[in-house]
Amino acid sequence: MSIDRIRNIVAENVKLAKNIAEISNNDDLYSLGLTSLTTVNLMLSLEDEFDVEFDDAMLSRHTFESIAALNEAISELLD
Amino acid sequence: MEALTARSFEQLKSTMHEIGSSVVSEHATDVDEKARFPDEAFSAFKHNKLLSVYVPKEYGGDGLNITEVSELCRILGLYCGSTAMIYAMHQIQVACIVHHGQQSSYFQSYLQQIAENQLLLASATTEIGVGGDLRSSICHVDIDGESFTIEKKAPVISYALNADAILVTCRANKEAPASDQVQVVINKSQLELEPISGWDTLGFRGTCSSGFILKGSGSKDQILPTPFALVLSHSMHPVSHLTWGSLWTGIAQGAVNKARQSVRDMMRRSNEMPQITAIRLAELDEVLFSMKGGVQMALKEYQSILDSQNLYKAEKYGFSTQINNVKTRCSELIVDVVGKAMLVIGINGYRNDSKYSLSRELRDSYGAALMVNNDRIRGHNATMQIAIKES
Repeated sequence: MSIDRIRNIVAENVKLAKNIAEISNNDDLYSLGLTSLTTVNLMLSLEDEFDVEFDDAMLSRHTFESIAALNEAISELLD
Repeated sequence: MEALTARSFEQLKSTMHEIGSSVVSEHATDVDEKARFPDEAFSAFKHNKLLSVYVPKEYGGDGLNITEVSELCRILGLYCGSTAMIYAMHQIQVACIVHHGQQSSYFQSYLQQIAENQLLLASATTEIGVGGDLRSSICHVDIDGESFTIEKKAPVISYALNADAILVTCRANKEAPASDQVQVVINKSQLELEPISGWDTLGFRGTCSSGFILKGSGSKDQILPTPFALVLSHSMHPVSHLTWGSLWTGIAQGAVNKARQSVRDMMRRSNEMPQITAIRLAELDEVLFSMKGGVQMALKEYQSILDSQNLYKAEKYGFSTQINNVKTRCSELIVDVVGKAMLVIGINGYRNDSKYSLSRELRDSYGAALMVNNDRIRGHNATMQIAIKES
């Protein structure tokens, strides 16, 4: 499941206010500690993990705001 | 009110030029010398209902778009930098409410009040202890039933003592993390301001950007119903840099106009084209041209985002970096243009007692790179540059 891989990468790259296990896929990552710098780290790690490249049109706050949103973006890139 | 809502943009521009060349210009030196609020200018704006130009017509405003509001800011920049900055900062707050408050009946009627009573809005975003990061708050709204209280230590609140209301950013509740913020409107009668620092600066002296401990209370309806993260990226960030970039262009243009006037006067006296200064003037206009071009390009893009009614497009890194570029470029080009204009004019530009004096413009221009420090903005851009593929 790609969503579990995404959850692991989020946990590795973002200094989260809660344990990853307590975070649901729809929780707002920005209010849990995601910053613009860690967004880029997160993006680079996701690109490596899934061997994809984020399109410029995807690069917005919205894409990174939750694990579910990231999953949607990755699924779109893998299609 | 009906007659006013029918004003055309052309009429508004000429009203702004009239007020700018009379009241604003007449008091600009005194405002600068005394570092005082431009009372006369704002009385004239209120009298002419110029504080509600961005309020939609249905609430009694003129319903101008952001391109038109930026143009009014540019016009004011020609006459007085401090007055133009205050006017722009007010419009930024109005835009936040227009874009993000209309779903609430409280803010619908607040927009009517802005138009009816010509309310001047100020902003308290930065806070002592967060190092200038707008996206972090320490203070929070303390909600008890239908009402709230708040206390914020703000190192800077421009024209706080002259505003009719202040929009304050804070954490959404006692438990919220630093980045979970909202913006709350607090009216003058609901505010206590304890001064903690003054405003004796090189330039933009009339903005009176002193520090205060702000204590306020009110009804929880006064909390803007959109998270501040969205208000910032969709509105406050682009509108700030576009209106500021516009007024800085106006200041630069005013300096070039003085330089042009001095070269023309020189030629009148000697009947010969003053070769070197005339070429310098032509070069100077090229720099101004690129400054205007950058603002116009970004304005066009933001206007199209607003017209599409999908403000989420303003979150795109490509757009954000462009808006940041407007800020960093314009705030550095203004120093370049005003400095070069002074060289064209010569000693009379350097004098305080000459009609070509650029003393105030030069001092104001150095402030532009410091308010929301360019290095901080470049830091954000550096991060986004790594992510984007093409600009």
